[in-house]
Amino acid sequence: MANLNRRHFIAAAGAAAAAVPLAGGAAFAQEKIKIGFIFLGPIGDYGWTWAHNKGREAVDAALGDKVETIYVENVAEDASAIPLIRDLAQQGCKLIFTTSYGYMDQTITVAAEFPDVKFEHCTGFKRADNVATYNSKFHEGRAVLGTISGKMSKSGTLGYLGSYKVPEVVLGVNSFLLSAQKQNPDAKLKLVFIDSWFDPPKEAAATETLINLGCDIVTTHTDSPAALQILEQKGLYGFGQGADMSSFAPNAHLTAIEDIWGPYYVERVQAIVDGTWASADTWDGMKEGTVVISPYNKAVPADVVALADGVQAGYKDGTFDIFTGPIYDQDGNLKVEEGKVMTMAELAVIDWFVKGVESAA
Amino acid sequence: MDFLIAAIITIVGISTPILLAGLGELVVEKSGVLNLGVEGMMLVGAIAGFAATVLTGNPWLGVIGAAIAGALAASLFGFFVLTLNSNQVATGLALTIFGTGLSSLIGLSFVGRIVPQFGSVFPPELARDPLLKVVFGYSPVVYFALIMVFAVGWFLKSTRAGLILRAVGENDLSAHSIGYSVIGVRYAAVAFGGAMAGIGGAYFSMVITPMWAERMTAGRGWIALALVVFAGWRAGRLLVGAIFFGVLMWMELNAKAGGLSFLSFAQYIPSQFWAAMPYLMTVVVLTLISMRDRVGLNAPACLGKPFLPAT
Repeated sequence: MANLNRRHFIAAAGAAAAAVPLAGGAAFAQEKIKIGFIFLGPIGDYGWTWAHNKGREAVDAALGDKVETIYVENVAEDASAIPLIRDLAQQGCKLIFTTSYGYMDQTITVAAEFPDVKFEHCTGFKRADNVATYNSKFHEGRAVLGTISGKMSKSGTLGYLGSYKVPEVVLGVNSFLLSAQKQNPDAKLKLVFIDSWFDPPKEAAATETLINLGCDIVTTHTDSPAALQILEQKGLYGFGQGADMSSFAPNAHLTAIEDIWGPYYVERVQAIVDGTWASADTWDGMKEGTVVISPYNKAVPADVVALADGVQAGYKDGTFDIFTGPIYDQDGNLKVEEGKVMTMAELAVIDWFVKGVESAA
Repeated sequence: MDFLIAAIITIVGISTPILLAGLGELVVEKSGVLNLGVEGMMLVGAIAGFAATVLTGNPWLGVIGAAIAGALAASLFGFFVLTLNSNQVATGLALTIFGTGLSSLIGLSFVGRIVPQFGSVFPPELARDPLLKVVFGYSPVVYFALIMVFAVGWFLKSTRAGLILRAVGENDLSAHSIGYSVIGVRYAAVAFGGAMAGIGGAYFSMVITPMWAERMTAGRGWIALALVVFAGWRAGRLLVGAIFFGVLMWMELNAKAGGLSFLSFAQYIPSQFWAAMPYLMTVVVLTLISMRDRVGLNAPACLGKPFLPAT
C-alpha cells in the first residue's frame, strides 16, 4: 500500500512538473484524509486564489489533526486541468475542490472516473452524485459597491474591469449598475473584458482606458490590485476584489468584497470526516458570512456609509434584493416585471446586461 | 486632445517593457544565441527590482538590482548553452520555468508590500502640464528605453564591437579563425539581454503597478520574442513594432469599452480582431521575410546553433 501511494505520488509530481504548475503542501502521513484543491492563479495573487487558499488554511487550522490538504496552483481552465484533477484523485484525495468556473466540465469528467471521490466545483451548475457545487453571492457585495459608486461618482459614468462573460461576472455588472442607478438614475457603465482573470499589465492598461473614456470610479472583477494602483495614481476611486487591498491604494480603495471560504470548506471537510457528505448546490452570501465588506475608506461620507450599511443589513435579514423588477436589458426590453424577484436558478445562468451597460461585447 | 494624450500615455506604458526586453533579445540573437527565457528573466528582474527597492528605499538601486539579477539569470543560461553546449531552445524554456519559480519563491515575503516611486526627471511643471506631459511625464525608465533604441542601433551598425558581434552571429567559425572569442562575445550579449529583460520586468513591478504578484508579467516575454522577429532584427523597427503592439492592445480595450465611436468603421470590427492582430501581423511579417532573399532576411545565420570549433 505504501509503495502504491509513493508510486502514484511520483507519477503525479512528474505530471505536475511537466505541466508547469507546481504541486505543494503534500505530506505522507498515512492515516490522515487527503483533501485536494485546484487553484486558478498563484496563491500570492492577493485576490481570488489568495482567498481560496485562506479557506484551505482554515481547514488545516480546524481539522489539521484529521486531514491534510494538497493544492495545485496556476491551473489553466482548459483540458490540461483534467490530468491535474485526476492526479489529486490518484494521490488518494477523498474530497477535491476545483475553485473556478472554467473547471466545470473537467470536474464532471474526472468525477465519473472516481465514483468514490467527492468533488466540489466552485461557481458552476453541473452536479452529480459525487459532485457538489458551491458559490458565493458576490453580487450582494457588488450592490454595496454600486450604491457607494452611484453616490460618489461625479461623472455618472462607472467603469467595470471584467474578466470573461460568465454568469458570475454578468451578475456582478448588473448588480453594480442597478444599485448605482438607485442613487443616480442616469448612471451608465462602461465594461471591458480583458479575457483573463490575472494579467496585471493588461488590467492596468484597461483601467487607464476606462478612465480616459470618462469613468471616475472603476470596479474590478479581475484578481490583482493593478487597477487600484492606477486609480490611486490618478486620484480616483475603486474597490478591492476578493480581499482587502487597501494597502496597495490607501486613498483610492473605498472598500472591498472579501471572499470568506473558510467556514464552508471546514463544514464540507468535516462532513467527509463524519461520512455525511452529500451532493448539494450551496449558494451562500452576506447572511452566511461568505461575502464580507471591508472597512470603508474615510473618503466615503457618512450618508453614503449609511446607505451602504442599509444594503448590507437588507441582505442579512432578507428584506432586500437588487434583482427586483422592473429590470430592463441593454436594448430596453422589460426582462423582470414590476415587483418580481429573479430566482436563484435564473441568476445562475444570466447572460444579458441591464440598461445602461455600454459594451461592445 | 486630452483623450489623445491619455491614449498615448497608455500606449507608451504597454510598449516600454516589451521594447526593453526585445532590445536585449535582439542583441542576443544578433550574436547567434536564441534565448527563449525572456519571460523568466523578466520575472526575476521584476522581483529583484521590487525587493531591492523595498530594502533600500531607492528605486534607482532597484532598477540596477533588476539589471544585475536579469544578467545573472541569463549568465546561468549562458553557462549551459555556451560552455556546456546544451540545446538552446530547451535551456531557454527551462530558464523561463526556473525564473517563474524562483521569482515566486523570493516574492513570497514581498506580497502586499508597496515601494517608493520614481520622481520625474523633468521639472514638475513640465511633467504635470496637461499638454506637455505627453513628452515629459513618463518614468525615467521610458526615456532609458528610448535612448537604448538608438544606442543599440548605433552599436550594431557603426561600432567595431558591434561588427564583431554580428560577425560572431553570422559565421562563428570565421570569427573564431581570425581570433575573436566567440564564447566571450556571446556571454556578454547574453548577459546584456538578461539585464534588459530584467529592467523590462522591473517596469511592471515598479512603474506600472508598484507591487509584486506572482507571474505578473503575464506572458509579455513571449511577445518581446515575437517582436524581435517582427522587427527583422533591427532596433528602429523594434521601436515601431513595440508601439504597434501597444496601439493594437489599446484598440482592443477601447473597442470593448465602446471608446472607438469616433471611428465610424470600428463598430463593425469585433474586439477579438484587435486582440488577434499582433499574432496575425507576426505571421504576415514572417511570410514576407521568407519571400525575400537572404540579404533582406537579416536573421543571424548562426542563430540557435552551438559553437563547435574543430580542434
